[in-house]
Amino acid sequence: MKEIRIHGRGGQGVVTAAELLAVAAFEDGKYAQAFPAFGSERMGAPVQAFVRIDEKKIRARNQVRHPDYLIIQDPTLIGTVDVFQGLKKDGLAIIDTEKRPEELAIDVEAQIKTIPASKIALEVIGKAIQNTTLMGAFAGATGLISVEAIKRSVREHFPGPVGEKNAQAVQRAYEMMKGGNGGGN
Amino acid sequence: MKRIMEGSMAVAEAVKVCRPHVIAAYPITPQTHIVENLAQMVANGELKSEFVNVESEFGAASVVLGASAVGARTFSASSSQGLLLMGEVLFNIAGMRLPVVLACANRSVSAPINIWNDHQDAAALRDAGIIQFFAEDNQELHDLMIQAYRVAEDPEISLPCIVNLDGFILTHGFEPVEVCDQKLVDEFLPPYKPLNYLDVKNPMTFGALFEPTWYQETRYRIQETMEEAKPLIEGVSKDFEKTFGRFSGGLLEKYRMEDAESVFISMGSVVGTIKDAVDELRKGGEKAGVLKVRVFRPFPTEAIVEALSGVKNVVVMEKMISLGAGGILASEIKQAFYRNPQAPKVDNFIFGLGGRDIPLESIVEAYEKTKKQDNRDVFVDLRKEALEVDY
Repeated sequence: MKEIRIHGRGGQGVVTAAELLAVAAFEDGKYAQAFPAFGSERMGAPVQAFVRIDEKKIRARNQVRHPDYLIIQDPTLIGTVDVFQGLKKDGLAIIDTEKRPEELAIDVEAQIKTIPASKIALEVIGKAIQNTTLMGAFAGATGLISVEAIKRSVREHFPGPVGEKNAQAVQRAYEMMKGGNGGGN
Repeated sequence: MKRIMEGSMAVAEAVKVCRPHVIAAYPITPQTHIVENLAQMVANGELKSEFVNVESEFGAASVVLGASAVGARTFSASSSQGLLLMGEVLFNIAGMRLPVVLACANRSVSAPINIWNDHQDAAALRDAGIIQFFAEDNQELHDLMIQAYRVAEDPEISLPCIVNLDGFILTHGFEPVEVCDQKLVDEFLPPYKPLNYLDVKNPMTFGALFEPTWYQETRYRIQETMEEAKPLIEGVSKDFEKTFGRFSGGLLEKYRMEDAESVFISMGSVVGTIKDAVDELRKGGEKAGVLKVRVFRPFPTEAIVEALSGVKNVVVMEKMISLGAGGILASEIKQAFYRNPQAPKVDNFIFGLGGRDIPLESIVEAYEKTKKQDNRDVFVDLRKEALEVDY
């Protein structure tokens, strides 16, 4: 089983990202589960959501404490919330920032990759909502979910031109990560 | 076909294929998505149902009471304070023997305000004469909703049912669900035929004044019906399996109980995590098992005693407490074994109140503590720092 934890803030689509990752994994023929840990329901408050992906039925419903993968939608959370808590040593964190991983001075054994997801989202979608872009980066960096399934889940969730633009952002981030542009050790 | 969906949608999809005539509910977190989905289905014309917008949960319960009394199939849903505001009406619904079906997105009860999951809301209604189911996952939830209508509307039963689903964990949790086919549901669940209903041509009073010479017998009847509901619930779950090819009902579920010496007992979504804990314990050579209480009312006393035959230790894990008395599930299990010389040691742990997450390690720790010492009403993972604050 692979476990993912997504960190962001209320309004950044953290819960939607978890949902769409689970939908995409399910469309890839896997068992998947996604659920949120809402704080107070308000804009800007730290929010976490969890995804589990497995080849067999998933029973655990506790929060993900030892993630294989972390997706950090908002780098300002680093230092405010212990976002890296429990991240597996052989795990991977993907962070939305224009900085290189080594510039962030993060003291974890796991791999860190960065991607300017908000910037990409602003350019492609027209809004700095980075959740779908990070999903593309996730597919590129891990290969755990196919980029086709992610694009399909994004298009289904946001019908019409909005979904199309989001799918483009997914593709761009996917290619960047595939091309080894995320940096990291 | 399997689809991935949140628990709220799994409820709405189940309610849709049960074709209720009347739906009334008032939004409250974390229940809101259930009725939002249903409202959408009604607006889209997918579901031909009268969706009544109300001013409060008291109103919602009153609408389904009235509608059920004229012979309609009804649905409502709530959580926490909302369920409690319905409380007065729900006792009436049970007393009038109306087969209203509700979903409760389990949430803690204020004060302090807390929107997260525990089972205190459902526990507060345990004595109301309402049949209560607890779902472990979204599939079971979907299937139990449909079975609840069959149980509630059975002419031998005619009592309201609540299907409980853990707030956020299931309501907002996405999982694959096989949605029941409409044609099969129509076979499984015939149209509701009320024994008595309000009709201008045949005037009748529901919920009239009953003097002391009459009232007590109404309670005797509900208690009697609750006992009769136990075999009926088992029967309905077998019928469901025959129709849909999937077993997801019955009073209890046994997991790795064959040779188990120490057994967890719990309800709701945490049972899945406990099953994982049992697998871990088994790997370490422990003879561990889980007994899931799927039906909380009527309480499956006899089935529990039978299932625990030969078991040495019972670890009750519950997300509710009768303040001033202790763990509710635990005390009911203990009384099931009263004067039984084969009674196991029953220890109990209160956990997950107000949505506190429970890691696998804490479940294993409760197990180990039970083997070592006596534990009564032990609160799991209490935070010392929080206790040092004066409230």
